[in-house]
Amino acid sequence: MADKFTPDSQYLVQAHDMKMYFPVKTGWFHTTPLKAVDGVSFDIKPGETLGLVGESGCGKTTVGRTLLRLYKPTGGDMYFGGKRIDEKSIGGLRKDMQMVFQDPYSSLNPRMTVEDIIGEPLDVHKLYSGKKERREKILYLMELVGLNAEHATRYAHEFSGGQRQRIGIARALATNPSFIVCDEAVSALDVSIQAQVINMFEDLQKKLGVAYLFIAHDLLVVHHISNRIAVMYLGRMVETAESNELNNNPIHPYTQSLLSAVPYPDPKEAKARKRIILEGDVPSPLHMPSGCPFRTRCRYATDQCKAEMPPLTDKGGGHKVACWNR
Amino acid sequence: MAENNVILSVQDLHTSFTTDHGEVMAVNGVTFNLNEGMTLGIVGESGSGKSVTAYSIMQILEKNGSIKSGKILFKGEDITRWPEAKMRDFRGKKCSIIFQDPMTSLNPVFTIGWQLKEAIELHTDRKGKAAEDRAIEMLKLVGVNEPEKRIHQYPFEFSGGMRQRVMIAMALACEPDILIADEPTTALDVTIQAQILELMQDLQKKMKMAIIIVTHDLGVIAQMADEIIVMYGGRVCERGTAEDIFYRPAHEYTKGLLRSIPSVDKIGQRLVPISGTPINLLNLPKGCAFCPRCDQAMKICLEQQPPETRTIDGHLSSCWKAIEEEAAAGLIDLTGPDGKPEDTSKLAEVSEKD
Ligand SMILES: Nc1ncnc2c1ncn2[C@@H]1O[C@H](COP(=O)(O)OP(=O)(O)OP(=O)(O)O)[C@@H](O)[C@H]1O
Ligand SMILES: Nc1ncnc2c1ncn2[C@@H]1O[C@H](COP(=O)(O)OP(=O)(O)OP(=O)(O)O)[C@@H](O)[C@H]1O
Ligand code: SF4
Ligand SMILES: [Mg+2]
Ligand SMILES: [Mg+2]
Repeated sequence: MADKFTPDSQYLVQAHDMKMYFPVKTGWFHTTPLKAVDGVSFDIKPGETLGLVGESGCGKTTVGRTLLRLYKPTGGDMYFGGKRIDEKSIGGLRKDMQMVFQDPYSSLNPRMTVEDIIGEPLDVHKLYSGKKERREKILYLMELVGLNAEHATRYAHEFSGGQRQRIGIARALATNPSFIVCDEAVSALDVSIQAQVINMFEDLQKKLGVAYLFIAHDLLVVHHISNRIAVMYLGRMVETAESNELNNNPIHPYTQSLLSAVPYPDPKEAKARKRIILEGDVPSPLHMPSGCPFRTRCRYATDQCKAEMPPLTDKGGGHKVACWNR
Repeated sequence: MAENNVILSVQDLHTSFTTDHGEVMAVNGVTFNLNEGMTLGIVGESGSGKSVTAYSIMQILEKNGSIKSGKILFKGEDITRWPEAKMRDFRGKKCSIIFQDPMTSLNPVFTIGWQLKEAIELHTDRKGKAAEDRAIEMLKLVGVNEPEKRIHQYPFEFSGGMRQRVMIAMALACEPDILIADEPTTALDVTIQAQILELMQDLQKKMKMAIIIVTHDLGVIAQMADEIIVMYGGRVCERGTAEDIFYRPAHEYTKGLLRSIPSVDKIGQRLVPISGTPINLLNLPKGCAFCPRCDQAMKICLEQQPPETRTIDGHLSSCWKAIEEEAAAGLIDLTGPDGKPEDTSKLAEVSEKD
């Protein structure tokens, strides 16, 4: 491609046209690229939170993992603190870019004690001068996420889902990162501990300027914590706006249905609520529909939607939408 | 609550785990009834014993865990006394579970289709091609696209939410009497979640299936549950209808939980978690388990475990503060289960505040 992307120094994290295709076996001799992320761009300032929401399987985790180069991207330019993220630079950037994983079961080694799980990144990056300091740091991190000190010598498999998630958070915080991808980091927590962890994320942000890419399904939580929100659908970004704006004035038909489906914590209202039910099947990322990825389920779809992919365009004030008809 | 259509009755269940550090008292006297065709929601603090309660019902506890006492009556029969062979029949055919962690319950080395087919063959009369067709049909039902192709893929090739849908398909394929769903939609986006919850409700109506749904998402509970139990520290601290719990919470823990929910009118404000740290299950407090974190705690809370009391509307809770308030308002139902008045001497002690 001719035009080369130049990073902008005001941003801590920038992704330009990120693509991640997975080869999927579709027969004995066939592989088809599964376009998990197909040209996604975003940027995050220091101390800012970008919320990332969207249908299950739309590529949110893949965006996070590709950004941290846990996958080798198929395409795109990714920058961190003005540095291009690539094979060579990533080793030096790991300490500053951490991830809390979606699945606390498979991401923690069940045969390790909590102490060793949290201590491992401290060991790797040599972040203490002696045994005593290591232990102090671990206990401080455990307290931060609301784990009992007595838990330190217990094994990961002895913990409940929410407790394991907190171990994962403490581990991610161990290296004092300036950027954390939180992949469903609070989904497994009860609302009280969730409130505690969200406050903790916000405090760290205020005190240390940590930036977050906050992936979650709970739109109330995402709205609460994010400065801006990006909505994905089938590997593409379909809408992005400042978070109050997105919640008060969703423009993309997918975002509208998403917001209407938020379960409301009030029995009468939840049972009476009108949802915009999406018609039609979720298309397979192996067989992307032509044009707009949402058109197979969209009530506004026209011929143009079938023919051409709508570009992400600014509808004013940085509220960007990819839709021909809205 | 008519007693005759109770399909599952858990009575004073105690389950614990032996560890190097001592006995972890995960479930300490859990009691509830599940009515045929109804939905019971279980909410509560992380680590409060919700999953362990579910695993106890299925008798699929980890090796270091066991049911210490209590009864689990399925259609009146105590299944804790059933031999393993009979339990195997119970699991799957009578009662299915959707696990909180889809990755550990799907075998990474077999394809999705193989695993679904096996479960169907094991628990239903469908064999071979019929089982495979059923697998595809179920995947379609839970919103997995191109199931004919997807069945040849392995679990790692599925997103978190898709794995969860496979689990749901597997549990529902066998049309159980009771479905236990442990955080079934936590990994799903809200549109798919809405779809799955509706699917569960549809199947419930069609098959008169009873559902136990465990979740932290109070929105999901509000939508699904007819009745709710709230757990803290391995005990049930409150139970009642969904309206009781949301509009008239009695236990201080429930009140704290409801206060912690983020909402649109609270944007920009700090959330209000319950202060303090979770209790240590190795060393349970003598009084109310929630006492060390409760703003309203009185002397008696520290010393005596609050009994479960019932209001005249049938709302049950175990909280000294609630007892005090309900007693003052004359709301406590003093008739015992046998119709005779209950021992009220405890109530008098409450007023000795510190
Ligand atoms: N290692 C892999 N190999 C093949 N396909 C993959 C792999 N990882 C993810 N995918 C596919 O990429 C797509 C996006 O997956 P991803 O996990 O990023 O979704 P997600 O938005 O995080 O979903 P969820 O909300 O369910 O976690 C899915 O179709 C998934 O099946
Ligand atoms: N195999 C085990 N060995 C020792 N302790 C265990 C074991 N399994 C569970 N526990 C303990 O039992 C308690 C209850 O766990 P359980 O999984 O039921 O919690 P939960 O209410 O489901 O929490 P969550 O909402 O986080 O899933 C926890 O404190 C946990 O640490
Ligand atoms: S571009 Fe067309 S199909 Fe896509 S969301 Fe807009 S109206 Fe619907
Ligand atoms: Mg994901
Ligand atoms: Mg659990």
